[in-house]
Amino acid sequence: MANLTLIQAVNDGLRTVMKADDSVVVFGEDVGPKGGVFLATEGLTADFGESRCFDTPLSEDGIIGTAVGMAMNGLRPVAEIQFQDFIFPAFDQIVSEAAKLRYRSGGQYTAPMVIRTPYGGGIRGGLYHSQSGEAYFAHTAGLKVVIPSTPHDAKGLLIASIQDPDPVLFMEPKALYRAVKGEVPEGEYTVDLSTLRTVRQGGDVTIYCYGAMVPVVERAAAQAAEQRGIECLVVDLRTLMPLDEEGVLEAAKQTGRVVVVHEAPRFCGYGAEISALIAEHCIEYMEAPVRRVTGFDTPFPNTLEHHYLPDDRRVLDAIEAVYDF
Amino acid sequence: MTDMLTVLAPDGATKKGFEADLPDAELLHCYRTMLLVRSFDEICLKLQRAGRIGFSIPNLGIEATQVGAASALRESDWIFPSYRDFGMALYHGIPAVEMMHNMFGNAEDSAKGRQMPVHFSFVEPIHFYSISSPIGTHLPHAVGAAHASKLRGEDTVHLVSFGDGGTSSLGFHSGMNFAAVWKSPVVFLCQNNGYAISCPSDHQTASDGYAVKAEAYGMPHATVDGNDLFAVRQAVLEAAERARRGEGPTLIEAVTFRMGGHSTSDDPTKYVPAELVEEWKQKDPVDRFRRFLERKGLLTPEQDEAMRADTLAEIDRAAKAAEATAAPGLETIFSDVFAEVPNHIRKQGEFLFDLSQRRGEADAGDGEFPL
Repeated sequence: MANLTLIQAVNDGLRTVMKADDSVVVFGEDVGPKGGVFLATEGLTADFGESRCFDTPLSEDGIIGTAVGMAMNGLRPVAEIQFQDFIFPAFDQIVSEAAKLRYRSGGQYTAPMVIRTPYGGGIRGGLYHSQSGEAYFAHTAGLKVVIPSTPHDAKGLLIASIQDPDPVLFMEPKALYRAVKGEVPEGEYTVDLSTLRTVRQGGDVTIYCYGAMVPVVERAAAQAAEQRGIECLVVDLRTLMPLDEEGVLEAAKQTGRVVVVHEAPRFCGYGAEISALIAEHCIEYMEAPVRRVTGFDTPFPNTLEHHYLPDDRRVLDAIEAVYDF
Repeated sequence: MTDMLTVLAPDGATKKGFEADLPDAELLHCYRTMLLVRSFDEICLKLQRAGRIGFSIPNLGIEATQVGAASALRESDWIFPSYRDFGMALYHGIPAVEMMHNMFGNAEDSAKGRQMPVHFSFVEPIHFYSISSPIGTHLPHAVGAAHASKLRGEDTVHLVSFGDGGTSSLGFHSGMNFAAVWKSPVVFLCQNNGYAISCPSDHQTASDGYAVKAEAYGMPHATVDGNDLFAVRQAVLEAAERARRGEGPTLIEAVTFRMGGHSTSDDPTKYVPAELVEEWKQKDPVDRFRRFLERKGLLTPEQDEAMRADTLAEIDRAAKAAEATAAPGLETIFSDVFAEVPNHIRKQGEFLFDLSQRRGEADAGDGEFPL
C-alpha cells in the first residue's frame, strides 16, 4: 500500500497497465515530456518510450478519431483530453463513432478505448476550464462513463476501464487531484464498473453524489449528524453509465428521503435520471420529494465560482429540507 | 522554409531603401505599446506569484508581431485575437486598466468576472473580439463577420490571430476554406512562436512552415520575421489592402518565439532547450526596435529609461485600481445567459440570495490554476 493523491493514483494506474500490456498507448496534448498539464502522465515517456506515451497535434477530433482506429486494430488507447471543456470538437468521434461502432458493424468492429479527462470547477478556471459535461455523455448509448472520487477508486476504476471491451469516458475530478490522499494497493487490481460505493451509513436521508461532490457531501453529512442528529446514507455512484440501478433503488428505499448532488447544471442533469428512477420504481417508499443540489443553469462563472458550486451549506440545506418535510 | 520577409536587423539597421511609413510619433507609440505589454507581463507575474490574481499569459518575445499587425489596421477593422494578443488592443487605445479589471475579474471587467484572466472582450474603440479558451474556434467567426461586412459593401478588414497549434484545429480548416471560397476580407495571422504549450512545431506539422498551408486552399501567403515590427506591419498592410480591394484572404506566418512559458502555471524549462531561448534573446523584438529608434535619433537611452518607468507606473496604477474594485454582484451569475432571464434561472438566483441570507455566503476557494 502507498499513500497517494488522486493524480498519483491515476499515474500509478497507467504505469501498472502499461507494464502488464504492451498494447496500451497513452497520448494527447502535452502528455509526453511535460507529463500533462496536471502531471497525470509524468515520467511515462521517459520510462516507457515515445511509442507508448506521446504528444499529438492540437486536435481533439484527431486524438479521439485516431484512438478509434487504434482500438479497432489491436491497441488499447488511453487518450487524454486536456480539459473536459475542450472535448467538444471530438463530440462527433465519441458519440457517432466510438460509441456506435460495435452496434453498427454487428460486433465486427469495436473501440475498446479510454478517454481520460479532468472535469469540474474549483480551480478558478472560468467557463472553459470548469465544466461538468457527464450528462451529454451518459445520454450516449454505447459509451461508459466513470468518475472516481478517491485515489483507491481512481486506480482501480481506471485499470478496469482500460481492460473493458467498450469505450469508456473516464472523468477525473480535477479539484480533488491533490486535495485527497488515500491508501492505494500496489500492482494490479480493479474496481468493478457499475458498482456503487457506500461512503457513509445512515438511516434518515440518502444522498447520491460522485466525483468532486463526494467530500462536500461527506462534510454536510457530518454536520447534519452533529447539529441535528440526522444520519445520512451517502452513496458514491462512481459509474454513471451503465448505472447500478438496483443498488440506487435499494439505497432510496432504506431512508425514503433523497438528495442528489452534482456540480453540473440541473436541467436534464444526471440528478434528473436518479429522480425519475425513484419516481418510477419506488415512489411508495418516499417520505419527501427528491431534492437536487446542483450547479445553476448558467455557464460556469470565474470570480464567483464558489457561489456556483454546491457546497456543504447548500447540501445541508437540502438534507434538512427533506428531513423536515 | 519559404523566403522570410525581414526589414529590421537585430542591430536596428533597416534594409536598404526602406523608409518607415509611419510618422515619428507613431513609431514612438509602437515602441511604447511594446513596453506596456512587457510591463503588463512583469506586473501580472508578480501579482500571480503573490496569489493576487490566479493566472496570466506572458507575451515575452512576441510584442512586435502584435503591435506590427495592429498598426496596419484601422479602427473600423475587427481583431479576432488569441489569448496572447492584447498588445493589439493597447495599440488601439484600449486602456490598460480595462485589461486589469479582467485580470482581477472584478465588477468593472467587461466580461463581468465570468472568464479567466487574459480572456478580454472589447468593442470600443476597436472590435477586439471576446476570447475563447478552446483553440481555433474563432477562425470561422472572423470569416463570417468578414462575409457580413462584404455583403454590406463595407471595406472593413477582419484580422484573426492564432498560434502554430491552432493550425491543427477544425476551425483552421473550415475558416481557411470558407474564406478562400468566399473571397472574404480576412487576414489570417499565424503566430508561429515555436511551441503549442509544450509541443514543438515538428510535432505539430510535417509541412515546411505554416504559411504554405494556404496553397492547398487557393490562398496567397507570406512568411515574415515576427520579431521585426516593420516586416509584420508591411505584410499585414498588403494583405489588408488586398482584402479591401475584394481580392480575398491571405495567410501570414509570423515566425517568432515565446521566450516565457505558456502561462504562469507552466515551467518551460522542462521542454524548451536553454540554448534556444538564448538564441532568440539575441533577436529580441523590443531591443531591435529600440536600436532602430536610437539610430533614427528618436530616442536617447535617458528617454528610453523614462518611458520604461512611465509604462511600468501606468500598469501599476491600473493594477492597483483594479484590485481596489469590488467583485461582481451575485446577480451576474444569472444574467446574460439569455437576453431575458428565464423563469427557472430567476428562481435559482432567488434561491441563492435567500440561502446567502439564511446560511451566510459561500467560502471563496483558493483554487490554483494548473495550465
